[in-house]
Amino acid sequence: MKARVYITLKKGVLDPQGRAVQSGLENLGFKGIKSLRVGKLIEIELEGLSLEEAQSSLKDMCESLLANTVIEDYHFEIEAGDTVSGERTVVTEKCIIEQGRVIA
Amino acid sequence: MFGVVVFPGSNCDHDCYHVLKHVLGVPAYFIWHKEENIDPAFKVIVLPGGFSYGDYLRTGAIARFSPVMKAVKRFAENGGLVIGICNGFQILLEARLLPGAMLRNKGLRFICRDVHIRVENNRTPFTKECKDGQVLRIPIAHGDGNYFATPELLRELNDNGQIVFRYCTQDGQITDSANPNGSLENIAGIINKEGNILGMMPHPERASEEILGNTDGLYIFKSMLKTVVGEASNTFELKQVGGVSNI
Repeated sequence: MKARVYITLKKGVLDPQGRAVQSGLENLGFKGIKSLRVGKLIEIELEGLSLEEAQSSLKDMCESLLANTVIEDYHFEIEAGDTVSGERTVVTEKCIIEQGRVIA
Repeated sequence: MFGVVVFPGSNCDHDCYHVLKHVLGVPAYFIWHKEENIDPAFKVIVLPGGFSYGDYLRTGAIARFSPVMKAVKRFAENGGLVIGICNGFQILLEARLLPGAMLRNKGLRFICRDVHIRVENNRTPFTKECKDGQVLRIPIAHGDGNYFATPELLRELNDNGQIVFRYCTQDGQITDSANPNGSLENIAGIINKEGNILGMMPHPERASEEILGNTDGLYIFKSMLKTVVGEASNTFELKQVGGVSNI
């Protein structure tokens, strides 16, 4: 089971890095960039957990270490793969949790 | 006595220890971050500057989980003095022992130079040797010193006198150009509500000796000393205690 955790600065929190990258792109001649913010992507491989367990464990990971919830928001996706009779059936469970609340 | 916590990646631990032990002549010990208990003989714990755990993930984010931090929390809950300098401040924020968070410097650069800070509150155990509004010249050396707080928290910090230092000009004016890193309201150091945990970005231990051309940092160390000596005259009785090393 694979999980991808996305960590982004909260709205309204200044992102000096994003601003620098944006002006870098603009200096290269790219036009039409309305805004740009830099975040983090953390990939985690999980095993021996049910989808529900993985979900709750990931939430705890984000709250306790991966994100600093004073300045950052997080959401994650879990991708659960399964192989049945040689054919690969992929069950994808995506959930979006913001501020500890499941929103999608 | 004073304890200086050593995390993997701390690099101002020896400077703090040197100032305490050799400049001020008080008993000081290193405390390895794996320690789970802090001897009650300690009156002040210093979380020094540096790059604990390589600043991985976020500055101070991993050091916060070092075993010693649970002990530091208990120590603070019992009223012990804790000062976090630079990375130590960042660790206190990540550990939620101080409110708010650090962002990357506004100019994205690591800044290492002298700055001026104004003492906004001299009624703390860490600043009682300063005059109110006194301007200190102390160096900073950080890439993530851009203090962030929500508007509500900022109001609270102001109302409670928790903002202890602000970046200022040489003559004490709080201006944008005197703000090196974009920190909200020029904040350079804050204290908790209870008044026993201070975090500051500037490095007083780098400005505490005549030979270095600047002794403004001594105001901070002498304030702490005065606080703990005032509380108990036998505080600085030398004794060898378990779990600490005297180097």
